[in-house]
Amino acid sequence: MEPAPVDPERQLQPAPIEPLGLPNSGLEAAVGEEAEGARDAGSGVDTMTENNFGLKKIEISVSEAEKRTGRNAMNMQETYTAYLIETRSVEHTDGQSVLTDSLWRRYSEFELLRNYLLVYYPHIVVPPLPEKRAEFVWHKLSADNMDPDFVERRRIGLENFLLRIASHPILCRDKIFYLFLTQEGNWKETVNETGFQLKADSRLKALNATFRVKNPDKRFTELKHYSDELQSVISHLLRVRARVADRLYGVYKVHGNYGRVFSEWSAIEKEMGDGLQSAGHHMDVYASSIDDILEDEEHYADQLKEYLFYAEALRAVCRKHELMQYDLEMAAQDLASKKQQCEELATGTVRTFSLKGMTTKLFGQETPEQREARIKVLEEQINEGEQQLKSKNLEGREFVKNAWADIERFKEQKNRDLKEALISYAVMQISMCKKGIQIWTNAKECFSKM
Amino acid sequence: MAGGPPKALPSTGPHSLRDMPHPLAGSSSEEAVGGDSTPSPDLLMGRSFGDKDLILPNGGTPAGTSSPASSSSLLNRLQLDDDIDGETRDLFVTVDDPKKHVCTMETYITYRITTKSTRVEFDLPEYSVRRRYQDFDWLRNKLEESQPTHLIPPLPEKFVVKGVVDRFSEEFVETRRKALDKFLKRITDHPVLSFNEHFNVFLTAKDLNAYKKQGMALLTRVGESVKHVTGGYKLRTRPLEFAAIGDYLDTFALKLGTIDRIAQRIIKEEIEYLVELREYGPVYSTWSALEGELAEPLEGVSGCIGNCSTALEELTDDMTEDFLPVLREYILYSDSMKSVLKKRDQVQAEYEAKLEAVALRKEERPKVPADVEKCQDRMECFNADLKADMERWQNNKRQDFRQLLMGMADKNIQYYEKCLMAWESVIPLLQEKQEAK
Repeated sequence: MEPAPVDPERQLQPAPIEPLGLPNSGLEAAVGEEAEGARDAGSGVDTMTENNFGLKKIEISVSEAEKRTGRNAMNMQETYTAYLIETRSVEHTDGQSVLTDSLWRRYSEFELLRNYLLVYYPHIVVPPLPEKRAEFVWHKLSADNMDPDFVERRRIGLENFLLRIASHPILCRDKIFYLFLTQEGNWKETVNETGFQLKADSRLKALNATFRVKNPDKRFTELKHYSDELQSVISHLLRVRARVADRLYGVYKVHGNYGRVFSEWSAIEKEMGDGLQSAGHHMDVYASSIDDILEDEEHYADQLKEYLFYAEALRAVCRKHELMQYDLEMAAQDLASKKQQCEELATGTVRTFSLKGMTTKLFGQETPEQREARIKVLEEQINEGEQQLKSKNLEGREFVKNAWADIERFKEQKNRDLKEALISYAVMQISMCKKGIQIWTNAKECFSKM
Repeated sequence: MAGGPPKALPSTGPHSLRDMPHPLAGSSSEEAVGGDSTPSPDLLMGRSFGDKDLILPNGGTPAGTSSPASSSSLLNRLQLDDDIDGETRDLFVTVDDPKKHVCTMETYITYRITTKSTRVEFDLPEYSVRRRYQDFDWLRNKLEESQPTHLIPPLPEKFVVKGVVDRFSEEFVETRRKALDKFLKRITDHPVLSFNEHFNVFLTAKDLNAYKKQGMALLTRVGESVKHVTGGYKLRTRPLEFAAIGDYLDTFALKLGTIDRIAQRIIKEEIEYLVELREYGPVYSTWSALEGELAEPLEGVSGCIGNCSTALEELTDDMTEDFLPVLREYILYSDSMKSVLKKRDQVQAEYEAKLEAVALRKEERPKVPADVEKCQDRMECFNADLKADMERWQNNKRQDFRQLLMGMADKNIQYYEKCLMAWESVIPLLQEKQEAK
């Protein structure tokens, strides 16, 4: 599977962007902002791009997967897979790469990294992880997480995930990401110390809860709608593709039976025997050719899956904006009602219901001093509220600007990647057709000699 | 596998097969029948070659070899049965033009039978009659009756087993027409059967039903006598050569049965694959409607899958209509041949029984009774006819299967070529905008 190709024309952000809402977690990664990874485990083949700052380039690869057993949090034995992440820095002058860091991580640590990034970069379409459990399998594929083919595809997916982050102009500078690649022990503690779980908006998890936003941003509404549709159509596509693969497998494999019966038949024939026998061999070749064909097609399915999950990430950004807008409107509403309360107290007219108002009615008027006190409290709250609203508005505008910039980047990346995926799919189909023509032509030749 | 590397075939373009030289054009050192993509129906059905046919005699090249030959001139150039060695063919029969007849009692199909012949047995040089399936059935029964020592070709199945098939559909009628044409051509090629009186009447009579009612038919001498062989004579051992034929036919029918099942299974899997493809293609279309820059590429892929689906449908139709029926015919053929073998056994049994009876009556004057002689005569005729027919059958079988299997390979090649073309034409569409960037 191809890792994310880096667009050489993309301009880098000149200054690091602070993760939203936190003062000093924007520690710049000490490594260069552009990073490329090896295409295959240890193959060392890669393309480097020039960056604007002349800093060292790095290569990242998830080169191995290993089964491990250990004790989990409940002190029970468990089996899991660990992945070796190797980071190399490349000398600018001679292109030689030197291994700088090498550590093992398991899937749950990747998840932790991603969850952290989601909290601290809510305006970014955060690259997705490969699926946790095998889905969209057709009958020959295993749904078992320990299956070597699944592990291998996951290894590639995890590598792709890291490469996506490393080639993202903003995410690549994150300190926690840097530590993920370099600090084996204690990394989990370091992440948890940022307290990001507390900052996480639990409402983001409630995907289907609706928040009534009075003035929604039309662009985000449309984008959310698009991400929903994209998820739906890619899911459908993956499901049908799996069934197509299943059926195609059946067609090819049944032809293998010809091999055996032609062989048996050739035993009773004189002149026809040789032709039949050799044609039978080609039928065997035909039947076994489907295995490689479908293995290649799994890469295409993986590319589609990545964008299925990317659609979810896109939706998360829209969701975040929706929540921000909602909070803004709620804050404005709250401010307006406090102002009204204040006005009513000052002028003595009661237009809105309040418990205090009721109790005073029942138990007697409050003193002017009491009223003054209340007005003062309200005025303080109003002041505070106005400050908060101002900063929320600013926050909102910043969010929209940054989010939209990343969304544009994402759109171009998506169009590029999917076009390439379609091309490679077409190339696979062409190769399958050519193979089919060759095998049947060979069989025809054998039949002609009957 | 004998022979050198496979011929290099151009991999793209629908014309590659037609560009191949006609197998009989020019000298060729290897047998090369059936390289043409779509020979005429006459050509497909009418040939019955011997081994020496295909290597052109004396290395000479027949006239007018560059273009695919018309059926009649091609047939003229071909040597046929050993028995008509050196002679040009003098009898041509074709089945075509199916027509539906709707009557009060029933609806049925008739086929036009066209006969051209220079034989003296035919009063006119050309005949054209219409016959229906039951006429063919009648003919076959008559042939079995009157020529019991010969192998009579099979007819396509009488009844449509699966109620799903419409016996008036174009595909069914065409499949049946081809089988009936093959049936008559096999008889035409047979040196004895082609001269059979019933066959002549079938080809020529205006009113076949009247003839049928007569029931007066001249049986051959052997036919007459064999007809009267009743059962009750048990053969002790089948002579080796006929036992070998029997064993061969048993295994042959078994293998064909397996091939039939495999072919049916493949068609079934292909149809199920087709069903999924027909859902798969349109999803790309749905996706395309969501996108901007990707809209055209996705739509292109959708269309491409649609084209592949159509090509697959054509493949499954062809295999159902052209491949399976021929397999089934040969299974029926070998079944009827086994019955002829059994009849032969009975004739031999009768002879041996009578001979034994004579041997036991040793005290009488040693004479060879006339009827024992007749039995021996019958048996020897039967054996000779059967052997000759077997040899002819083996040759024809070889040609038929070569053609059938090459046809199957061809259909698959054509399917892949259509798909290849579809996918290759989508690539520039997918690459387009990227270069423009």
